[in-house]
Amino acid sequence: MIIVNSNNIDFVENETVSGLLKRMKYVFPNVVVKINGRLVKRTDFADTIIPDKSEVSVIHMISGG
Amino acid sequence: MVSGQIPVEEYDTGNTRHKWDVNKLIRAHRVVAEYAYKKGEIQKGFANRTLYINLSNNEIKEKQVTDEMKKLFTGGRGFGLKLLWDSIKPTTRWNSPENELLITTGPLCGTTQYPGSGKSLCLGISPSTDIICDSNVGGFFGPYLKFTGFDAIEIQGKAKHDVVILIDGEKGKVVVETAPLEETNSHLANEQLTYMYAKEDSDKSRQLISVVSAGKAAEHSYWGCMNFSFYDIRRKVCRMKQAGRGGLGTILRDKKIKAIVAKVEKFTGVSNNPADPNKIAEVGTKLHREIRDLDRYQCNMRVVGTSHLVEIMDQYDLLPCENYRFGSFPKASKIYSPKFYELFTKIIPDGCWHGCTMACAKTVDGFEVMTGPYKGQKVTVDGPEYETLGCASNMSLWEPREVLEFNFYCDTYGIDTISAGTAIAYYMEMYEYGILNQKRCDGLELCFGNFEAVMGFLHRMAEGDKGEFITIAAKGIRRVKNWIKEKGWGDQYLIEECGMESKGLEYSEYVTKESLAMQGGYGLTLKGPQHDEAWLIFMDMVNNQIPTFEDKAEALHYFPMWRTWFGLNGLCKLPWNDIEPANNAETKEPAKVPEHVQNYVDYQNAMTGWNVDKNGLILQSERCYNWQRAMNVFMGRGRRKDDWIPYRSMGPVTEVEYMSRKDRYDKQLVEKIGLNQNDVEKMSVSEKIKTLYNWKQDQYQKLADAVYYRRGWTPNGVPTPQKMKKLGFSDKKMLDMLEKVIDEDTKKGLNHWCGKYGKGEKPPSIDPKYWEKW
Ligand code: SF4
Repeated sequence: MIIVNSNNIDFVENETVSGLLKRMKYVFPNVVVKINGRLVKRTDFADTIIPDKSEVSVIHMISGG
Repeated sequence: MVSGQIPVEEYDTGNTRHKWDVNKLIRAHRVVAEYAYKKGEIQKGFANRTLYINLSNNEIKEKQVTDEMKKLFTGGRGFGLKLLWDSIKPTTRWNSPENELLITTGPLCGTTQYPGSGKSLCLGISPSTDIICDSNVGGFFGPYLKFTGFDAIEIQGKAKHDVVILIDGEKGKVVVETAPLEETNSHLANEQLTYMYAKEDSDKSRQLISVVSAGKAAEHSYWGCMNFSFYDIRRKVCRMKQAGRGGLGTILRDKKIKAIVAKVEKFTGVSNNPADPNKIAEVGTKLHREIRDLDRYQCNMRVVGTSHLVEIMDQYDLLPCENYRFGSFPKASKIYSPKFYELFTKIIPDGCWHGCTMACAKTVDGFEVMTGPYKGQKVTVDGPEYETLGCASNMSLWEPREVLEFNFYCDTYGIDTISAGTAIAYYMEMYEYGILNQKRCDGLELCFGNFEAVMGFLHRMAEGDKGEFITIAAKGIRRVKNWIKEKGWGDQYLIEECGMESKGLEYSEYVTKESLAMQGGYGLTLKGPQHDEAWLIFMDMVNNQIPTFEDKAEALHYFPMWRTWFGLNGLCKLPWNDIEPANNAETKEPAKVPEHVQNYVDYQNAMTGWNVDKNGLILQSERCYNWQRAMNVFMGRGRRKDDWIPYRSMGPVTEVEYMSRKDRYDKQLVEKIGLNQNDVEKMSVSEKIKTLYNWKQDQYQKLADAVYYRRGWTPNGVPTPQKMKKLGFSDKKMLDMLEKVIDEDTKKGLNHWCGKYGKGEKPPSIDPKYWEKW
């Protein structure tokens, strides 16, 4: 189990940040991702694996309007 | 020139060319009033005077802008509020002669070094809401108005015949003259007047003219928008941007103004005479680079404008489909941005004012009109922007050419696409339920997806069709709700809760059912449900960043104040957060884009010579925000009951909606309301809807409690005199009025918190008259 934006989500072995964004259907490009409070750079999304029991925040910046 | 760009001389839109006998048009003019003024210099962003025109008695005069006015109201929309306060009565309605139409600029308006610095802020008492509506718009008029010598234009009274108002900055002259022969529809009127008033027959001269007009439908509808022109030197076309919301174009035509024209002699990058031009160049250059380097990885605004939001909103279940019943739709990909990218004219910088690198103002050139009076002609369509595309999904129109046609006619007829699209979607839903039908709709078969019926409605509205439905439907959802109820044609609950209006204004195009904060962002507003005060859906629904009522109230304080600030200064909001610095993620509050906030602090100080910090910017807004709410109170509105929102914006009104997201709503009954899973399974859908309805209504009331408290308002939503004094106001008429209203509310028992607070919960304060202890 991992926590994504305060919601319990199934853990997937070897899942990268990019994979998680895809699974969550988070298609918005302006997101800030932190794993257990540590910032993940956008350029590292494809290579950063999410460990089990992680607390992940995917902060969508405001856009629109 | 950008590589691959077409040279100015070679570019051809393929549009139908018109030949105007401009001399014949001019010969028919008769001067009604004339006023010569001394040309002056802009000083640190201010012209230091406003222009007043009364069309009833032909008075034209200048009003001085005092330092006190700048201190309390900053500029732009703030100036508009102050001028309106001095002119209107509580009984003033949109068509009262004393109602005013204001176009204001702001100290930063007209800068060419910082992206997004060409916006005008327009105000007036709206036909839709009976309170002040403010609407921001691009195009060249705002900057030109200032360069002719005025921070704002204030128009009162009504002309007897159609007139054109010319503000001639070259000669230092304001002229009101009858204009009987000019076209009314904007794409033609703007072209005629641009050619008429240009000093020479050259593109450069035409570029020094900007026209404000509204088309034929604005005369028969409450959705009238004002079209602000800007002559595009590459396309050789008068393009236009819209001050869309609240029926300001309706006021323009009610005053019998065919157009307002601003003409400048010349202007430069430093026409605003900033206190520190180097600093402005420095912050501007930084942002230009950022946009150039990063936009393609972020919102791609330079390529597809705001249309990129369609696919995002669809994926997040936020795209309004079939009158906001659903947040996504199987056919939605047909109007995703790549479809419009194919149609947009490319490799032309598309800023709506000089120096906007964001360049999001996209067009489709050479579009062949399919219906109505211009059928077969080729025109330039400005847009579609996201909001217009959201209207299309709401009406279930999925063909890009149909969207373009709707966009083109709304613009040239002077109709706000948002209000029209949202309202038609509601009429369509009522049609689906049989509450409306072809006979009741004056022969229109207004079912979802019927493009012919949509266009038929627009054309008949522009023709001034006197059919009972057309006449009332052109006034918007609120009036149609009352009309249907009077006729006794259907279920009151459906009629009231499905129609997406609040305060009489139609919603803009986002589904808010799962974001309580955004429900407040639409309901707890000054003018009505327009997303320009706050856009909190991601923060609330997706990020879960503002879980408590206090968190949401804080966001509904900060963001409306921050966004208000753009309108005080003549700025576009998009370059604030539709692009972000590369290291924004590493900052403490990325949602606020702190580096850009600092840019604005530096920018305003460098222009005006003031010395404010970021809190000072919020204070500027807070003054104007509270003043506008207090003016709503003055007009007999601005109370909790006026912040009512339809249930369609909170949750599922119908069983179809509930069943379309059954798992989500069942989960809410268990997790949020605390029902037992087995009990939920035994409940009928209508029982579930009712339970959810009661809970969501209470959530909204609790949110209103928290927001009013955070803003320093009474539990009935009225700014307190104490709050106004804290903000620096001492206007006795205003303070006495508020005091009196609060006393009356207390006597009526209205000053109490309205949420139902259970165990472990508490209202914002024990004493509902908390402000008395300040
Ligand atoms: S960002 Fe777009 S709307 Fe704003 S000023 Fe620039 S071109 Fe105009």
